[in-house]
Amino acid sequence: MYRYDELDQAFVDQRVAEFRDQTRRFLAGQLSEDEFRPLRLRNGLYIQRHAPMLRIAIPYGLLSSRQLRKLAEVARRYDRGWGHFTTRQNLQLNWPELADVPDILEQLASVQMHAIQTSGNCVRNVTADHMAGIARDEVDDPRPYCEIIRQWATLHPEFTYLPRKFKIAVTGSPEDRAASEVHDIGLHLRRDARGDIGFQVLVGGGLGRQPIIGQVIREFLPLPDLLSYLEAILRVYNRHGRRDNLNKARIKILVKSLGAARFREQVEAEWHAARAGAPRLEAAEVDRVRSHFTPPAYEALADIEATAGRDAHFQAWYRYNTRPHRVAGYRAVFISLKAHGQNPGDMTSEQMAAVAALAERVSFGLIRATHNQNLLLADVRQIDLYEVWGELRRLGLAMPNIGTLTDMIACPGLDFCSLANAGTLGVAKQIQQRFDDLDYLYDLGEIEIKMSGCMNACGHHHVGHIGILGVDKHGEEWYQISLGGSVNGFTALGEVIGPSVPQDEVAATIERIVEVYRRATFCGGMRSSLTSGAILARRMPPTPTR
Amino acid sequence: MIVPLSELRTNSAAWREWRGRLGVRLAAADNVEDLADDIARYALVAVEFPNPSEGRGFSLGRLLRARLRFKGELRAVGAAVKQDKIFLLARCGFDSFELAAGENPAEALGALHRYDVAYQPAEPHPAIKRQRFSSIG
Ligand code: SF4
Repeated sequence: MYRYDELDQAFVDQRVAEFRDQTRRFLAGQLSEDEFRPLRLRNGLYIQRHAPMLRIAIPYGLLSSRQLRKLAEVARRYDRGWGHFTTRQNLQLNWPELADVPDILEQLASVQMHAIQTSGNCVRNVTADHMAGIARDEVDDPRPYCEIIRQWATLHPEFTYLPRKFKIAVTGSPEDRAASEVHDIGLHLRRDARGDIGFQVLVGGGLGRQPIIGQVIREFLPLPDLLSYLEAILRVYNRHGRRDNLNKARIKILVKSLGAARFREQVEAEWHAARAGAPRLEAAEVDRVRSHFTPPAYEALADIEATAGRDAHFQAWYRYNTRPHRVAGYRAVFISLKAHGQNPGDMTSEQMAAVAALAERVSFGLIRATHNQNLLLADVRQIDLYEVWGELRRLGLAMPNIGTLTDMIACPGLDFCSLANAGTLGVAKQIQQRFDDLDYLYDLGEIEIKMSGCMNACGHHHVGHIGILGVDKHGEEWYQISLGGSVNGFTALGEVIGPSVPQDEVAATIERIVEVYRRATFCGGMRSSLTSGAILARRMPPTPTR
Repeated sequence: MIVPLSELRTNSAAWREWRGRLGVRLAAADNVEDLADDIARYALVAVEFPNPSEGRGFSLGRLLRARLRFKGELRAVGAAVKQDKIFLLARCGFDSFELAAGENPAEALGALHRYDVAYQPAEPHPAIKRQRFSSIG
């Protein structure tokens, strides 16, 4: 993984010193809340329903054991002994004290971590496919480019006060595992006829109030032009994106109002005009960053029948929670943060520390956070799988439900978020209870539920096979259900299937939906079955209302 | 005299007669390209930063310096010109700051040197000792 050089370390240290000073001035009454807000947001600090929330950046989801151990320690020392992994591969602490935050950031800086630009109207953490570097269908490893973009975006002098937040995702495989088409910019690695690396560039995707799938504005952007082209896009957006209405300020609205073709023209014109002075991405710099992502020292092993003679529990876990690896003799192992009875994405300090130690033993000391709020040990020898399973089971992290209905995404909702209409976590528990029979889950196949507590769509409900959105009806929590969204492989927005349902009927309604689905003739395949929500939506009887 | 861009446009003939030093004041939404033809005429360009979230002026500064080759004084003005923005403003080419009321000038001066490293190429800033990416041309 990437290791900081002196410049990187000096930067985060100076950033901590700056924030320490800003916090001191705020606490001394020299900065008003209005003045402090944009400063603390750009350092990951929200003020939530109960307390501050600190969102720590995990660039493109990659962590070392040392870093995860530090996160465990920080959560134990400054919080309540647990953290929450988000859909953008970050970690949130829900109860830190404001006055402690500079110390927390200093602790993070000591292991080459930070919380810079994890919120606020600026370029956010750059995300990537969690299978980067090990996927069999990969054009190239996206992570070096994510790291380059991370550095370029960090305290960018021109683009730190954008109209709205700005999210970039990079993928290297045809199968989009990073939801790149619903990002402000999605970059898809490609090779041209000569074999040179470049990117297909999508702009203007996003969820929220107005979900839109990103549009291609360039089929092939050569790698050396990556940063200058990003600057051109950001400059057009910074100057012309709407600032009068927060709900219309994302780049997707600008792209939509201009049309992709005109937006593209403006970007290309800006790009050509700005060439002198724009950042150059030199081959030596690319090589320097790439050298941090060389494959680990794999042993020469053969694939084995890992499940032969093993018990049914292990077999189920193997089938659902592990994935094929590019290298023979290895597999990727999901650490399920979706055990029934716990909040999706939550992890205790003890679990973090234990996983850090496990990764050191069996997966080169590296851990990945996934877009689906799980963790991944990317490089596990197949001969170690049984032992790894045993250890994860002991830790409560081996729930064999990856890709099933209870591997759901849920935003923190009413329990933590001050914008929420609805208690998503309670609904998640309700669903876990109702679908507690694993055989039934397996029978249903691959179904993704994604749930958001309000229109901001942090839980990506629009792109869930089943999407659940909390709405407020005269002070009561109701839930709107949509079907047919998709984000893995291809991107589609779900359709709302009927009037919303009250809180205590969500799980029952989901059960009715999946029963129809299960009985329907087209449910033979897994993903193909829900290919079009419209198909399912049209076949659904009306949802009961009360 | 520092005159808003809109005034220069409406009374352009009158301002052509003006023999004193001329400055132009840009609102965040103004088109800096409008100054391209006679940029050398201005001794000063002032750019407004009226509220904490306003960020267009950063782009205006860079365009004035890099594209229009403006060599005069580039001044950040408005209620949001505060110490926590000064380092970024300097990197976007601003070399003059009309601090908002209540700002402590000594602290603002210190904030200019808050970082001695940067990643992106931008306008030269003496505080920066190391920078990651170079620029084209
Ligand atoms: S979707 Fe709404 S409720 Fe959920 S975390 Fe985002 S803002 Fe909060």
